[in-house]
Amino acid sequence: MAEAQAPILQERDWRRPGVLAAFAFLGALVLVGLGAAWHMEHNGHWVTGMTNQVVWGMPHVFAVFLIVAASGALNVASMGSVFGRTLYKPFAPLSTLLALALLAGGLAVLVLDLGRPDRLAVAMLHYNFKSIFAWNIFLYTGFFALGLWYLWWQMDRNRFARSGRLGLAAFLWRLVLTTGTGSIFGFLAAREAYNAAILAPLFIALSLAFGTAFFLLVLMGSVRRANQEVYDRLRPLLGLFVAVALYFVAVQHLTNLYMAGREGVERFLLIEGGVYPWLFWLGAVGLGGVLPLILLFHSTFVRRGHLALASALVLLGGLAQIYVIIIGGQAYPLNLFPGMAVASSFGDGQVAAYAPSAPEFLLGLGGVALALAIVLAGQAVLRLLPPSEPKS
Amino acid sequence: MTGLSRRGLLLGGAALSLVLAPGLTLIAQARPAGRPASAAQRWGLLIDTAKCTADCTACVSACKTEMGLPDHGRPATDAQYLRKVSVGNPANGVERSVPVMCQHCAKPPCVDVCPTGASMKRADGVVLVDRHICIGCRYCMMACPYKARSFAHEAQSGQRPHNPRGKGTVEGCTLCVHRIDADRLPACVEACRAQGKGAMLFGDLHDPQSEIARALAAQPATRLRADLGLDPALRYRGI
Repeated sequence: MAEAQAPILQERDWRRPGVLAAFAFLGALVLVGLGAAWHMEHNGHWVTGMTNQVVWGMPHVFAVFLIVAASGALNVASMGSVFGRTLYKPFAPLSTLLALALLAGGLAVLVLDLGRPDRLAVAMLHYNFKSIFAWNIFLYTGFFALGLWYLWWQMDRNRFARSGRLGLAAFLWRLVLTTGTGSIFGFLAAREAYNAAILAPLFIALSLAFGTAFFLLVLMGSVRRANQEVYDRLRPLLGLFVAVALYFVAVQHLTNLYMAGREGVERFLLIEGGVYPWLFWLGAVGLGGVLPLILLFHSTFVRRGHLALASALVLLGGLAQIYVIIIGGQAYPLNLFPGMAVASSFGDGQVAAYAPSAPEFLLGLGGVALALAIVLAGQAVLRLLPPSEPKS
Repeated sequence: MTGLSRRGLLLGGAALSLVLAPGLTLIAQARPAGRPASAAQRWGLLIDTAKCTADCTACVSACKTEMGLPDHGRPATDAQYLRKVSVGNPANGVERSVPVMCQHCAKPPCVDVCPTGASMKRADGVVLVDRHICIGCRYCMMACPYKARSFAHEAQSGQRPHNPRGKGTVEGCTLCVHRIDADRLPACVEACRAQGKGAMLFGDLHDPQSEIARALAAQPATRLRADLGLDPALRYRGI
């Protein structure tokens, strides 16, 4: 058999105190998140920071962040299956599990922030096929189905050699999936901060960076001494993804800056908008872009701790980036009367105030915890971790 | 009977029909019970902002009363189906007070984006939310360029039978379909006639004989954000 052999993988011993403690901690965070969702649903959304002006708040920031990261978390599996890099094949099941878990965490937050989460079945039975949300319902469920199938074949010795085609399908599917997520905003003609086709490729670029960063951190937390070559290869790749994401962000803003009618929203997001320029320049560009690039490419920073720090910064900066896109884009007033000075009792012409409430933040954090708990549970029951390398 | 010439009778009849025609047209085109809404009609509003004064909020109050919208003292989350927007031209200092509500677009983006089809357009052009299948995703609120929709942020009480509201669902101006279907004017239009200066004209845009259609034919009006190509059923003069 010239076919590739399935790598030898192992499960994680869930009886170890560290793993049990992690389970307990993540479980507690999930429960707190559920409690926060119950609080919001029971009282109604007026107890959150969300309003008729900022209709999508912190839960959407976390949900979109996790869903975008889910798509990119499949990178390592794709490089093994689609691009034939055998180095990554032992890490492909973990990469796939992480992708599925992040998607589950993100969708849980999204659904629990609905005004009527009890009507989820309605969303499954009534479709408006012109709605990008409706497309996304199929894209998300399809990704679950394809991802689980792909994971099974990766771990089944009899089917491993044929898992490449599934990997290609999953790779293409997630590109479409992230295009769908970006298009939720990109196809909104009403809002000046969005309404740009570039949001789809921008979201794909962000997904590659977030997903790789998430994978690196999960790998470091899961395998004591993973193959150093994987870290050495993923380090510049993460840097490349961060640079590409910055490039798309720059082009998006330059496009708006060039259009005379969009100068106001750019001035708001980049200079005068209070918390949003700070989050953009300091959070997304500085801590989430430039600093990780230095940590990833400068010869001084070669240790694994530096890679972990760079990955964590990419994620935190990414969260800031999504916050600026989603909240900042809504905080800037709609332009009903171009060129006129407007005011009303409904916030017309005014920048909308938004401060995330604790329940919103806790629901989002619960989604992250759910994703990590799924990863941990998967590691405990499935043989998908490469064994630790001997100490050199 | 010598004082009434044939010519005078004809002129008088013509004048009387001009006065009564709008009302008769509305009644003639209103929907009998049991017959579905028809695309032969398109209900619309023409708002003359020159007749609308900033201190008059009769339409807003009437809307709140008609639709059962309580004031919770939380302006950021309280529902507003209709609001008065102060619009000032920085070039010449001219200010107008403009009633803004759902524009009942012919190509409504809220209907396009709604995942379940809860946001829908009736055959006669009225854009509504089916609150039985609204899941409260608020995507329609993101998509509406007119900020016309509100989210029911709290449990509801004291609801009006014709406007059932539900916590966690999205709502907005219905153009008072319950009134239109019963041959009555929308509450805001009625209030504007009674208490204001009659700045709002309601009628069937598809009927060339309707008062609104003739008024629009006589003098052009503008659509809000006409550049978006959504073809709203609300037209404005004076902005």
